[in-house]
Amino acid sequence: MADLMTNAPSMARHVLRGRLEALLAAEGALGFALPREACRSASLNDAHALWLGPDEWLILSAPEAGLGDRLEGAMGAHPHSLVEVTDRQVGLVVSGIEAEAVLSVGCPLDLDQAAFPIGMCTRTVLSKAEIVLWRTGPETFHLEVWRSFAAYLRAFLTASAVVPVAD
Amino acid sequence: MLLITCPHCGPRPELEFVHGGEAHIARPAQPEALNAEEWTEYLYMRANPKGLHAERWRHLHGCARFFNALRDTTTDQFVVTYKTGEARPDLKGPAA
Repeated sequence: MADLMTNAPSMARHVLRGRLEALLAAEGALGFALPREACRSASLNDAHALWLGPDEWLILSAPEAGLGDRLEGAMGAHPHSLVEVTDRQVGLVVSGIEAEAVLSVGCPLDLDQAAFPIGMCTRTVLSKAEIVLWRTGPETFHLEVWRSFAAYLRAFLTASAVVPVAD
Repeated sequence: MLLITCPHCGPRPELEFVHGGEAHIARPAQPEALNAEEWTEYLYMRANPKGLHAERWRHLHGCARFFNALRDTTTDQFVVTYKTGEARPDLKGPAA
C-alpha cells in the first residue's frame, strides 16, 4: 500500500478555453494538436493537454518550460481564456494492480480498460469530491485534486485500499 | 445508478449532473417593458407537466456544459438529451 499513491511531480497547470483561431494558435505554441474528441488527452514530452469540455482543456507542463507565457504570446490576438491553476490543484498518482478497484470505491465511472482506456481523462467525482481522472497506464491513474480536498482524498484512498479482515 | 447521456460525454452516472429547471424559457428581450404580472409569469410560472418535460441539465462534474433533456416525470426516464440551442425533439410522451 505504501506505493499505491504518490504525489505527481511538480507541474504548471493552465485551463485554456477559446474558439478555433485561438486553439490553432495555442497548438502552434504547444507543438501538438489539442484533442478534439471528448475525454481524450494528447502529450508531447512533458506537456499534456487534457480535454475537459468542448472548448476547454487542462494543460499540464513542466514548471520551468514557461509554456503559459508562450501560450499567452501565441494567442494574444485572439479572444481566449487562459487561467493558471498551478496552485489550485495537486497531482496524485494512483498505481498498482489494485488501482482500478481502489478508485472504484468512490468513483461511479466504469474504470475497466475497455470503457476507460489509456489516455482517457475526465472530470468526475471521487467520494463526492471533484477530481480530474486521467488514465496514464494499464494500472496507473493521474488524479488532479483541488488542494483543499487533497488531505481528505488521501485519507479516503488509504482507507479504501485496506482489505477488511474477517474476525 | 441512473445513467444520463451527456450530448458531449456519453452515458454518465447521475452523481455528475445537476438539474437546471425547465428548458426553452427565453429571457424577455426588453425586461423593462414588462409589467409585474408578465415578469412574474417569466420568472416563476412553469409548465410542471405530468409526462414528457423539457429540462436543462448541467454535466457539472464532467464537461460542465449545459444541455437539454426530455424526461418523463412519471417514470424518471430520460427519453432523449440534446445540445443547448437545438430545438426540442418532436416526441409524444404518455401524457404530452
